[in-house]
Amino acid sequence: MALEPITEIIGRGVPVPGDDIDTDRIIPARYMKCVTFDGLGEYLFYDVRKNEDGTEKQHPLNDPRFKQATILVCGSNFGCGSSREHAPQAIYHAGYRAVIAEGFAEIFFGNATQLGMPCVAVPRALRRRLVERIESEPEMEIAIDVAGLKLRFGGEEHDCEMRPGAQSSLVAGHWDPIADLLEGANAVDAVAERLPYMSSNR
Amino acid sequence: MAKSLFEKVWDAHAVRELPNGQTQLLIGTHLIHEVTSPQAFGMLRELRLPVRFPHRTFATVDHIVPTNESSEPYSDALADAMIKELRRNCEEYGVTFFDTKTGRQGIVHVVGPEQGITQPGTTIACGDSHTSTHGAFGAIALGIGTSQVRDVLATQTMALNKLKVRRINVDGELNPGVYAKDVILYIIRKLGVNGGTGYAYEYGGEVFDRFSMEERMTVCNMSIEGGARVGYVNPDETTFEYLKGRRYCPRGAEWEAAVERWRSFASDPDCRYDDVVNIRAEEIAPTVTWGINPGQAIFIDQNVPRPDDVSENEREGVIEALEHMQFAGGDPIKGKKIDVAFLGSCTNARLSDLQEVARYIEGRKVAPHVKAIVVPGSQVVSQIAVELGLDRIFKEAGFEWRGAGCSMCLAMNPDKLIGDQLCASSSNRNFKGRQGSPTGRTILMSPVMVAAAAITGEISDAREVFLDPVAA
Repeated sequence: MALEPITEIIGRGVPVPGDDIDTDRIIPARYMKCVTFDGLGEYLFYDVRKNEDGTEKQHPLNDPRFKQATILVCGSNFGCGSSREHAPQAIYHAGYRAVIAEGFAEIFFGNATQLGMPCVAVPRALRRRLVERIESEPEMEIAIDVAGLKLRFGGEEHDCEMRPGAQSSLVAGHWDPIADLLEGANAVDAVAERLPYMSSNR
Repeated sequence: MAKSLFEKVWDAHAVRELPNGQTQLLIGTHLIHEVTSPQAFGMLRELRLPVRFPHRTFATVDHIVPTNESSEPYSDALADAMIKELRRNCEEYGVTFFDTKTGRQGIVHVVGPEQGITQPGTTIACGDSHTSTHGAFGAIALGIGTSQVRDVLATQTMALNKLKVRRINVDGELNPGVYAKDVILYIIRKLGVNGGTGYAYEYGGEVFDRFSMEERMTVCNMSIEGGARVGYVNPDETTFEYLKGRRYCPRGAEWEAAVERWRSFASDPDCRYDDVVNIRAEEIAPTVTWGINPGQAIFIDQNVPRPDDVSENEREGVIEALEHMQFAGGDPIKGKKIDVAFLGSCTNARLSDLQEVARYIEGRKVAPHVKAIVVPGSQVVSQIAVELGLDRIFKEAGFEWRGAGCSMCLAMNPDKLIGDQLCASSSNRNFKGRQGSPTGRTILMSPVMVAAAAITGEISDAREVFLDPVAA
């Protein structure tokens, strides 16, 4: 069962400054007390965007110029910390469809890919260049060519990176692996039979 | 061909190659908790699928449980809804649940090992990044997201890319007052918070050979803070000795067969690693964080860095961290006045952690301005500690003795910092807002260093505070 192929994401960008942005920053733990992911978008980067009295801080995510953005542009090791899928879910539910960063933490990257939200990596110099361009021209269209691993904006074209397995999953519409995993059921049983601990709870 | 433990366990659990080139990997043991599983069960219902191997699935409740009230309904309605949802899901799908009334509830990464569920040569997944803890037993243990929790519930497998393996040797002898927590904080400081991305860390060398299982767990627990999703130690006699007789371990003749099998998973002496790092134990001193990620750490007698001291790449991060922590570059870390001391978490709330602290605080008092809480990792830890009289020692010293759970490590329960309080914490993350207040400040350290800070009321060198003949 194939899903919709994700070959290209086109939209405006918003810069999220800083390296090592952790998942507690993306979605504070106090907003994870929920039994569905619906509504998480409201709490995305809550403490980054808001003061404790609820007023808005100065931050690109609050800047009206970037309100129509659908692509986050971030630093290195984005999404480090906890395995909470609430983090990419909050990004997705807030209306973003892709993340460009200098690098991604592994669990975050896998969770985002499995939601069909591409995460592409670029060198620091290119990220800086992109942020400068976004700040001078917020309405600029950014195209992430997932199939060709190219980034296009303002007449420029650059290479970007994504792990091969993730890229092919997105492009072939296999980013949610559940159907493929279910298809392997017989092979799973065969492997389980060879492992003594699988037959009981001991 | 000689293989590492990672390769052996991977090969034994690899089901097939998926169309996208990833591996479908069998997950032998699935641990679940209340925060990251409800949506997964929701997806399972939508797909009309059962739990594929309910007898290999174990649940507990830890993140949201209050540590100072045990009666239900909880005063926090959302927390109450989450525990009830987990209870319902476990009943409906036939999953073993170490509920609050079983006497076996606790932090999932404390419960798995102490029940003997965590075993060598196995694959373990849990919707929590500190699942790497279980690698201490020679398992591949992975933190996963909620959609993957669904995958494992439905198929007992997940789609994964194979990791590279970095061997980290720590040889020599740790100095007195240097603990497993200092070892892992040092490793993260040396290799970086993202140095482990794409790797499994295999910890070894003389220090790990001598370490107890609880010490190995402390190190493996924080692998993810160095970017490594998996961290492990090869199984040995210490491992088997720890597991023998535990509730979910094989018994009798099956025990002997299991030990033989487990032993065979250990890395072959001549196996090839993708990278090797060698560390001398003597380099390591008691370590504390000063910033907003676990890699921003220094020895207790060092000063907080100045923005000018670091490379241009790090400067922005250092400035942000100093601002949040309200520290000036060049400040000594020693002497910073604390408000809260937290002894708990899946990193450092096991029996040996509590015993080691109790040994030093007996007859001493927590500083009057400090709120000090001790949160045992599980009900089992708590019960044994009470039998040993440790609770009395902590209470007499002025600590609050609480029920088991994650508590102030991530503050999803009522245990939170208030405002910009500074907390000496035995937990694993010093991220902004981690302990429940957006402006709250966390300094990570070993349990004994937490105790020293609690007693003096400021960040202190435990070797100086506890004038013990073996220390200083």
